[in-house]
Amino acid sequence: MSNQTKRIPTHHIIGFVLSILLTILAAWTTIGSDLSTNWIITIIMLLAVIQAGIQLIMFMHIVEPESKNGHVPWNMMFHGFVTASIVVAGSIFVMVYAF
Amino acid sequence: MNLDEFFVTGEPLIYAGMVSIVLVTSAMIFLLTYFKKWGWLWREWLTTVDHKKIGVMYILSALAMLFRGGVDALMMRVQLAFPDLNFLNAQHYNEIFTTHGTIMIIFMAMPFLIGLMNIIVPLQIGARDFAFPFVNALSFWSFFFGALLFNISFVIGGSPDAGWTSYTPLAGAAMNPGPGQNFYLLGLQLSGIGTLATGINLMVTILKMRAPGMKLFKMPIFSWSTLVTSFIIIFAFPILTVALALMTIDRIFGSQFFTLTGEGLPMMWANLFWMWGHPEVYIVILPAFGIFSEVIATFAKKRIFGYHAMVWSMILIAGLSFLVWVHHFFTMGAGAFVNSVFSVSTMLIAVPTGVKIFNWLGTLYKSKIQFTTPMMWALAFIPSFVIGGVTGVMLGMAAADYQFHNSYFLIAHFHYVLIAGTVFACFAGLEYWYPKMFGHKLNEKLGKLSFWLFVIGFHVTFLPQYFLGLDGMPRRLFDTAPEWFTLNFISTVGAFGMGAGFALFVFNIYYSYRTSQRETTGDSWDGRTLEWATPTPIPHYNFATLPTIRDIDAFVEMKKRNETTYDESKLKPIHMPNNSGQPFIMMALLFMASFALVFEWITLSVIFLVGVLIMMVIRSFDEDDGHHVEVEEIKETERSLRGL
Ligand code: HEM
Ligand SMILES: [Cu+2]
Repeated sequence: MSNQTKRIPTHHIIGFVLSILLTILAAWTTIGSDLSTNWIITIIMLLAVIQAGIQLIMFMHIVEPESKNGHVPWNMMFHGFVTASIVVAGSIFVMVYAF
Repeated sequence: MNLDEFFVTGEPLIYAGMVSIVLVTSAMIFLLTYFKKWGWLWREWLTTVDHKKIGVMYILSALAMLFRGGVDALMMRVQLAFPDLNFLNAQHYNEIFTTHGTIMIIFMAMPFLIGLMNIIVPLQIGARDFAFPFVNALSFWSFFFGALLFNISFVIGGSPDAGWTSYTPLAGAAMNPGPGQNFYLLGLQLSGIGTLATGINLMVTILKMRAPGMKLFKMPIFSWSTLVTSFIIIFAFPILTVALALMTIDRIFGSQFFTLTGEGLPMMWANLFWMWGHPEVYIVILPAFGIFSEVIATFAKKRIFGYHAMVWSMILIAGLSFLVWVHHFFTMGAGAFVNSVFSVSTMLIAVPTGVKIFNWLGTLYKSKIQFTTPMMWALAFIPSFVIGGVTGVMLGMAAADYQFHNSYFLIAHFHYVLIAGTVFACFAGLEYWYPKMFGHKLNEKLGKLSFWLFVIGFHVTFLPQYFLGLDGMPRRLFDTAPEWFTLNFISTVGAFGMGAGFALFVFNIYYSYRTSQRETTGDSWDGRTLEWATPTPIPHYNFATLPTIRDIDAFVEMKKRNETTYDESKLKPIHMPNNSGQPFIMMALLFMASFALVFEWITLSVIFLVGVLIMMVIRSFDEDDGHHVEVEEIKETERSLRGL
């Protein structure tokens, strides 16, 4: 265990900095920019996807050549998508259209 | 800010609270100094990463929270015992029902169960600690400081008063200025970090660290319930995190997510809250089911009936628990179609719950029941929980819920499931695993007395509340009417019975410490699962060696084959984590940052947050790889524990 750890966790630092930058960018888009609402929504959605990608690559070991990429948490990712869909679709179903 | 804005003033009961806090704190400081125990406290407890010790700290804190929440409850019941009693005024009553609900669910039920999981799950699956022991310590301190933050609100700054559900717009900045509601938001946020981390930690531990041969479907039911619960935690808690963050931003930085003005959607809070909130009620009931399954199998001396049905029903419950949230606000006015959909899903979830009842009955059927105190709790649980479940289905019918909603009928429902389910299970679990944790049993006589006081008190308290609800008494009412007097009075009498039962339970801990016979074998109840195979007291590395698991009731099988967890020929050095003060310090800093944010002292909060960040950097470059327990040391320990 001890011999395979690097001195500086480069991946983690880059990931950390990038995720903070993306968050600031998203906050600026909504608060600071004067883009139209549709553009704002599109941009922050896009940023969210990139953000998720960074998490998966930099922190969650989705690509890990040492283990022949054998640790992709498909199961958890699938359930994450399902939960997110329930939250979004469910809220729209319940709150917006109010059948 | 003046001091009298900082401290809560003008309430005699709260002054009494302050005095007792000062007295207890100084007594503790005095005792620790007098007996020179500060070093011991730091080395053995504050810096520990041992899952067993962390579990004990969880349970102790949960008992303290049960006390605090219980005092809140008794105060409410006193106020409601007589019409027009001016024991608590309206504002004080609002604060107390808010802190009571929040503390009981977030700071009592969950930590109690997580404490039991901490101690028992690694032992049941044959692991030497959690997958991430450091994170486990971090989780505990995050819960501890979150609870501390929430609890000090009643003397500093003022308690939150918008209910444990904190519906907006009532809980928003416009109608609820001041720090009270911020305590709720940040206290929950802080402890939520720990809950989420524990969910991940337990899931990885269970998936990756089981003993050789223990397939998932050979795992004890309690560990299964923990796995399913972690799953719900991982997917439900982020929703709460986001909702809390949005309301915090609303209140402190003036955004308009849940406000009445500026296109805010106040009901979106209720929507998000219950998307977490309903899964949450299953987070606190599934482990309870797991505990009862273990207790019933042990004292019926039979393998659990319908193991597979048991597991699958839990998985089904976990899935469905994400699809029923709207039943908490049928009366919002979403329309008949929406309500019907959620009515049906709500009734569906009662089916797997019913299946489990039959599993327990099947296990008991034609068995030779041994009536120990933990078993008594389990037996009392079954019929009481059925009442709670059946009334839940009644509430689940949207049309009928227009009558029941926000009445005492609802109050009775959730106390029947939460107390008869979760609280009975916590008591049963603590008594059942007590000899494993502390090396002696709790006294059975006192245990049974406290059982009867508590169970009878419970029914006397909450059964009348169904009828009060049907009579139209609304919840969250601080002043009752004469026509509800009789039932309310009976209910208050019952509440004091429960209080006495709890007091006796705690006294029993002290009494048994003084008088109980010490355990020598480690297998106190003729147990069936792996935790009973360890010697008592459990060596800090848990298992010297692990046998290959062949059966659900692993230890029954081991006893037949004369196997133990100590096979001298297979000994190897054991890799264990080192203690660390970092979790405590990091979370203490986060506590101070949160405290500053409660009072909206932004600069101070940022300063402490930078401190947290520095701690994270320190941790990132930390190269502590733990230590090895050498074979000689294991031999020595095991030989003396096993009397070889
Ligand atoms: C048989 C399964 C169950 C069904 C069908 C059910 C149904 C319901 C319904 C429909 C409500 C909302 C009623 C209203 O607000 O008018 C409710 C409230 C509640 N239930 Fe259940 N329930 C079940 C089991 C449980 C369990 C196992 C727990 C927790 C251990 C629980 C805890 C609660 C709580 C805490 C509330 C009230 C929250 C509040 O408004 O403050 N329920 N239940
Ligand atoms: Cu619910």
